[in-house]
Amino acid sequence: MNSWPLWEVFIRSKNGLSHKHVGSLHAADADMAMENARDVYTRRSEGVSIWVVESRHITASSPNQSEALFEPANDKVYRHPTFYDVPDDVKHM
Amino acid sequence: MENITALEEQFQARIDADERIEPKDWMPEAYRKTLIRQISQHAHSEIVGMLPEGNWITRAPNLRRKVALLAKVQDEAGHGLYLYSACETLGIDREELLDQLHTGKAKYSSIFNYPTLSWADIGAIGWLVDGAAIMNQVPLCRASYGPYARAMVRVCKEESFHQRQGYEIMLTLSRGSEEQKAMAQDALNRWWWPSLMMFGPNDADSKHTAQSMAWRIKRFTNDELRQRFVDVTVPQAEFLGLTVPDDQLKWNEETGHYDFGPIDWDEFWRVVKGDGPCNRQRLKARRKAHEDGAWVREAAMAHAEKRRQRAAAVQSEVA
Repeated sequence: MNSWPLWEVFIRSKNGLSHKHVGSLHAADADMAMENARDVYTRRSEGVSIWVVESRHITASSPNQSEALFEPANDKVYRHPTFYDVPDDVKHM
Repeated sequence: MENITALEEQFQARIDADERIEPKDWMPEAYRKTLIRQISQHAHSEIVGMLPEGNWITRAPNLRRKVALLAKVQDEAGHGLYLYSACETLGIDREELLDQLHTGKAKYSSIFNYPTLSWADIGAIGWLVDGAAIMNQVPLCRASYGPYARAMVRVCKEESFHQRQGYEIMLTLSRGSEEQKAMAQDALNRWWWPSLMMFGPNDADSKHTAQSMAWRIKRFTNDELRQRFVDVTVPQAEFLGLTVPDDQLKWNEETGHYDFGPIDWDEFWRVVKGDGPCNRQRLKARRKAHEDGAWVREAAMAHAEKRRQRAAAVQSEVA
């Protein structure tokens, strides 16, 4: 049997916050994914907005390569404010 | 081989540092298998658990009780779905999981192989069965596998309504007529021991506990959780004015815990192995629901495909 594709569900819990991944579900199409997401993930007013994305459209970084992927950020301490020496007497900085 | 050992050591070091493991991370095959077994068993329990309670939806004594029970059974479906999704992140698909349930290869909690004979059973299930489940599930919110832990956080948030609605039913019955009180007592008599069995075999006989604790899937042993359940539940029974069906039950001043009588493990294993009062009926109902729903699943796919093709045709006309 051809089973329904997998969808990832993202919910904005209230305006002002970003959508956050809450889980996944199976549905035949986007409309059904939206209805199922409402029934499965927002039975107690957990959200004001829902995104559904078919899982196969998501490209994820690989944990095996995360060291190489994030390495350029790790050795650039000068990107942080604490890298710079400013005397304590200087205020509001 | 050395490579695997090194990977396993790194993995255990991450677990020991209380890091969470996420789906794409390397994990030992045995860890993956253990999780699939446990999470799917948990998901199946939620879904099969809808059956004994669904039995009373049409016969709830009033509208307030009925909407509450409907919402509770709907929650159980939701819990099953969160857990199936978490399980699927381990690389097994939904169809295979359902197959394992329908062929009897995967288990579900034995408690759902007992029948719901009276309305009071709905109260006893909410109070005792959901109470025992909460005891088990709260520590699982810190399980080492991220998707499982996150699913459990959602489940636990919802579970407390279930227990309170059950206790309220028991309270109403036990403050009611003599017949109602007798119903409540009868339900407690029948559900008490199976609820204690929900925590699984004694630690000495539990083949999975040690490894699951080392992997921080479990945080407490079966016996620890069972004792905790007895300690919090006995005073709740006293408040109802009902008697726990165990003549060896006694407060132990020294240990600060209740001592309780031996569990009938023969009965436990009999039900696990398929010979409980409702095993066949439950599996038959699940299989039938799945088979009867096949045309709906197929029709939904056909409908989605038709709409996709129509949309594509409109687009190419515009172009």
